[in-house]
Amino acid sequence: MKNVLELEAALQFLADDDVQVLSGGTDYYPALNDATPASFLLNVQSLPELRSIELVGDDWRIGAGVTWSQLINMPMPECFNALKLAAREVGSVQIQNSATIVGNLCNASPAADGVPALLVLNARIELSSVNGVRVVDLSEFITGVRSTVLRSHELVTAILIPNALASDKTEFVKLGSRTYLVISIVMCAVRIRVDDAYRITDAAIAVGACSPVAKRLTELEQLLVGRTCDASLANCVSAEHLSNLSPIDDVRATAEYRLQATRVLLQRMINGFADHATTDASA
Amino acid sequence: MSPAQSKSVDIAFVLNGQRVNVSVPAYTRLTDVLRDQLQQKDVKVGCNAGDCGACSVLVDGKNVCACLTAVEQVGGTRVDTISGLTTTDPSAKILSNAFLRYGAAQCGICTPGMLVSAIALLRTNPKPTEQEVLDALGGVLCRCTGYRKIIDAVVNATELNEQQNVSDQKVPVAESEGVGASGACFTSRIDANLAQIDGGVGQPIVRLDGLEKVTGRDEFGDDVAPADALVCVVIRSPYHHAGFSFGDLKAYVANHAGVTCVLTSEDIPGINRHGVIPPFQDQPVFAEENARFKGEAVAAIVARAEVLNSELVDAFPISWTELNAHLTTEDARTDGASLVHAQKQGNVLCRGRVKKGEVDAALRQSHCVVEGRYQTDFIEHAYIEPEAGYAKRVGDRLEVFGCTQTPHMNRDSLADILGLPADAIRIAATSTGGGFGSKLDLSYQPYIALAAWVTKQPVRITYTRRESMQSTTKRHPSKMHVRIGANAQGKLTALDFDGEFNTGAYASWGPTVANRVPVHASGPYYLPNYEANTTAIYTHTVPAGAFRGFGVPQAAIAQECLFDQLADKLGIDRLKFRIDNALDNNQETGTGQVFSSSVGIKPCLTSLQSTWDSLSSTVSEFNRYAQAKHEPLRRGIGIASGWYGCGNTSLPNPSCIKAGIKSDGTVCLHQGAVDIGQGSNTVITQMFASALGVDIGSITRLSSDTDITPDAGKTSASRQTFVSGNAARLSGLALRAQILRLSNCDSTSVIEFEPNRIVITDGNAPQQSIDLNELRVDDDGYVLSVAESYDPPTKALDENGQGQPYAIYGYAAHLVELEVDIELGSVKLIGFHAAHDVGKAINPNLIEGQIQGGIAQGIGLALMESFIPARTENLHDYLIPTIGDVPPIQSIIVEVHDEHGPYGAKGLGEHVLIPTAPAILNAIRHACGAQIHHLPATPDKVLSAIQGASA
Repeated sequence: MKNVLELEAALQFLADDDVQVLSGGTDYYPALNDATPASFLLNVQSLPELRSIELVGDDWRIGAGVTWSQLINMPMPECFNALKLAAREVGSVQIQNSATIVGNLCNASPAADGVPALLVLNARIELSSVNGVRVVDLSEFITGVRSTVLRSHELVTAILIPNALASDKTEFVKLGSRTYLVISIVMCAVRIRVDDAYRITDAAIAVGACSPVAKRLTELEQLLVGRTCDASLANCVSAEHLSNLSPIDDVRATAEYRLQATRVLLQRMINGFADHATTDASA
Repeated sequence: MSPAQSKSVDIAFVLNGQRVNVSVPAYTRLTDVLRDQLQQKDVKVGCNAGDCGACSVLVDGKNVCACLTAVEQVGGTRVDTISGLTTTDPSAKILSNAFLRYGAAQCGICTPGMLVSAIALLRTNPKPTEQEVLDALGGVLCRCTGYRKIIDAVVNATELNEQQNVSDQKVPVAESEGVGASGACFTSRIDANLAQIDGGVGQPIVRLDGLEKVTGRDEFGDDVAPADALVCVVIRSPYHHAGFSFGDLKAYVANHAGVTCVLTSEDIPGINRHGVIPPFQDQPVFAEENARFKGEAVAAIVARAEVLNSELVDAFPISWTELNAHLTTEDARTDGASLVHAQKQGNVLCRGRVKKGEVDAALRQSHCVVEGRYQTDFIEHAYIEPEAGYAKRVGDRLEVFGCTQTPHMNRDSLADILGLPADAIRIAATSTGGGFGSKLDLSYQPYIALAAWVTKQPVRITYTRRESMQSTTKRHPSKMHVRIGANAQGKLTALDFDGEFNTGAYASWGPTVANRVPVHASGPYYLPNYEANTTAIYTHTVPAGAFRGFGVPQAAIAQECLFDQLADKLGIDRLKFRIDNALDNNQETGTGQVFSSSVGIKPCLTSLQSTWDSLSSTVSEFNRYAQAKHEPLRRGIGIASGWYGCGNTSLPNPSCIKAGIKSDGTVCLHQGAVDIGQGSNTVITQMFASALGVDIGSITRLSSDTDITPDAGKTSASRQTFVSGNAARLSGLALRAQILRLSNCDSTSVIEFEPNRIVITDGNAPQQSIDLNELRVDDDGYVLSVAESYDPPTKALDENGQGQPYAIYGYAAHLVELEVDIELGSVKLIGFHAAHDVGKAINPNLIEGQIQGGIAQGIGLALMESFIPARTENLHDYLIPTIGDVPPIQSIIVEVHDEHGPYGAKGLGEHVLIPTAPAILNAIRHACGAQIHHLPATPDKVLSAIQGASA
């Protein structure tokens, strides 16, 4: 028999005991380093009501139990392109089948594959407890390496994404040292909205693995807004735009390389949007 | 989830169609439940962290890593593993067959995970594209095959099933894109019959031990222990160099129910020392005063499986004092540096040297000289099977079952450690899930041997991925300085090689590396003046030992990269420069050895000429276009050669192969040349069958077991096809001679085995038969038996390294095409063309598999692999190539007959990765000018080199 649990009961367990939450297990088990698993965890997969993606009111609601594969296989509005691209870059099919998007956020790795794409979607995080529900911006949810604002009695129940962004265009790129099963050297996500004259009316840009928490590059976003999405953007990304990133040297790459690669990738993504806009215009 | 905090919960699910109930803690890993509770040993555990995918299973049809799945999460679901799927699922049957036919399984440890992932794909997509296969299988690592045959098998599985009609084939022949075998022809009395022998020499038959591997039935080191065996856990140093003292060990045992005993150096009845080269044995089973590297064993806990958990291990009473550690050879060679071993001055383990002519004078007089320094890091073998086995005491004998590359050497070492005669120990090799050199040294064996001896109960052990990476041998880090000169005509004048190798805390195969490298550092080229000096340095790091090539791949990087610089300086095409300088018959090697007919490098290089020419022009066209369009991609081609002496360097290394015929007519081959995936079970049997002159299906093979198979030496030094192959051939010939003598028949007779009799047909005479029931049965149960040995003829090296180190060398040349993103420094491989002189291709399908697998390891060495002690002790920080990282590989099999090789065959296993890394580095330089001197060529290093080159 499948284990089925009511959300209310789950929140009560969290209130009563200092219980760790298990989602897909793809971060929990490796972090054990072969140690014995805890004898008691709260298993998010046993909460059926958290396992769906739905449009609720003005927001797309991704439940805490939704796996990357579920997202990949679900028809979604255009703006989810970047998140879907990120989903395909998560580990492997095996990991995508088990791991949840919410689990990726709660694990709060600097190289979390889901964060840049969700940052450009202005994602908000719904935290529930016996005391009620609060919602925080993703940019405030993750506070540092392996650290979030989640309190011990709280459960992340959903990611909320404004449906107002639905027809925006998004892209995502992950750079690593091999093809599959790779922790990124750097990741970039870009969202833009253009009007009928191909003028950029909204832009969001986020970079992962270049700071303790993935960051939006607001200066670059501001520079883009109001510009025409065409070849004039060819050299718009400068080193200064990356000044709030703080990459480190590690086994995957040097800090200096991360900045250089970020600049190249972001410029290419912007050029890609410009090419598409031009192609659309000539079509 | 049950709110009650009970230790165990009842969980029910359907496993391979059968309903099962288990009572276990809810968050137990599904792998542990499947393997330990439900005896589902076809689910393999390679990393316990989702990094390798060996444990892939289907949960309600979805492919997941069982090691990352809480058993609670499968309550009420259907769980399918490979052994169940291959009996019921139509896609599974099709795929198993395709894996077997294409040679997609080598050692077989990743095969269950690969097959499960492929089944999940084929169920919805029967004829997937290559890209779809890559995406579906990207989560499963393989270290043997190089993935290409796996891709072929999955892409073509459905079509193969539709086409296949195999009823007329006694022994299945492998599916292949076809290989370009060259013409060198070998004739002999037996050779004329080869084609008539089903499964004989030269035929690309599927591996004889393949069916078990593609159905989940093959048993590896962790699959064979009895369910009630005690478990041994090793306590290891958390520091690179540390003092330690134990607390009250007796109290620890007394206070922890289920702990049977604790073992330390004081419990060793024999000597607390081992090592693969007797004069250099310096490694303790348990450290005595100080631990000399992070991960060194100091003690072991032996306990019942059900009480073992991390709390019990954490409670082990030991205190540590961290000491100053030398992590690099510079640290260890600093003036006044403390000594890793008190008696080893300057922390020098040993030196190696080969000297011919006068290098300095020749370089001074050379028209052109290039010079460079190159550096490589520790490389981890990363076989997907961590070390595992079990031991039991049987009266006054000890039996060990587990993975190994060398049962007899292991037996002799254990005898010394346990203070027992060698014949009191039996080592029976299970299937070995990859070795590549590291499973030559003792690792897990002494702990379970000692534990079983002391407790008189069966004891098992399985290394975690972390302890496998921390404690077992690695490829030697190297620092090399090389100078090479040429005259105005483009002929090499001199090569001077100086190499420093970090041998880690213990000797292991350090002396072998120090000796092999100077013999090989010239590459397969003629050098009138040559000098190579090597030093092996002790440090406080994991011991470096044997890894496919014993230091030669590192040396080839320096030599082959400098060849490109030299050719450019001379204005000579890089391939032409190599062909012009290639070693030829009747020319002296660096050690003064001369071969009259078997030198095969030139045919390897010339076989690549037309591809080189056409790629040279397409690549320059591509780059012209990219430059004009300001595109960031640049293509390049690279070429490099390699050679490798087969067998021990100037030391005896005999193999013995035994065979017998039972009175019922069964022919038994005692095949003791351990198959770690490379295929000795198949090729040794093919050679024996050809020599005996019977179809391969008539032969019953007995696998490596010191009680059953005579010593066929170690699976190392690319020696099994050559050395054990010769022994097998001699055994086959001797058995044939016995039969012909008994029947008084002609040497060209055809021999057939029937129940209780042998029928001999001599074309000119009436059919003869031998009634086997009339012959005397010996102690082994045979009516006819033989045991033949072969030891390669070599001559000792003098103080200048002059002599005949090997009877045979094999030769290779690789051509690679790749693409560099000059703004990101990332490298995308486009394709390999790999020419290998194997003397005679005993089994072309297995040869292709070796070539592809070796190239994959060479790709790792060149582009991504670096083991950093204490930092990359898992398979997500230590990267090996995935299925998406190995491009198409064209294998070109060259056959230059060798007079010493069985049927003319030469070894191949290690040769295959020697040219790969330098070919890649040369292609990167060709594409964008970037010269990489410290491997691996990760994107950051390549980009920085590009910027350095253009600055």
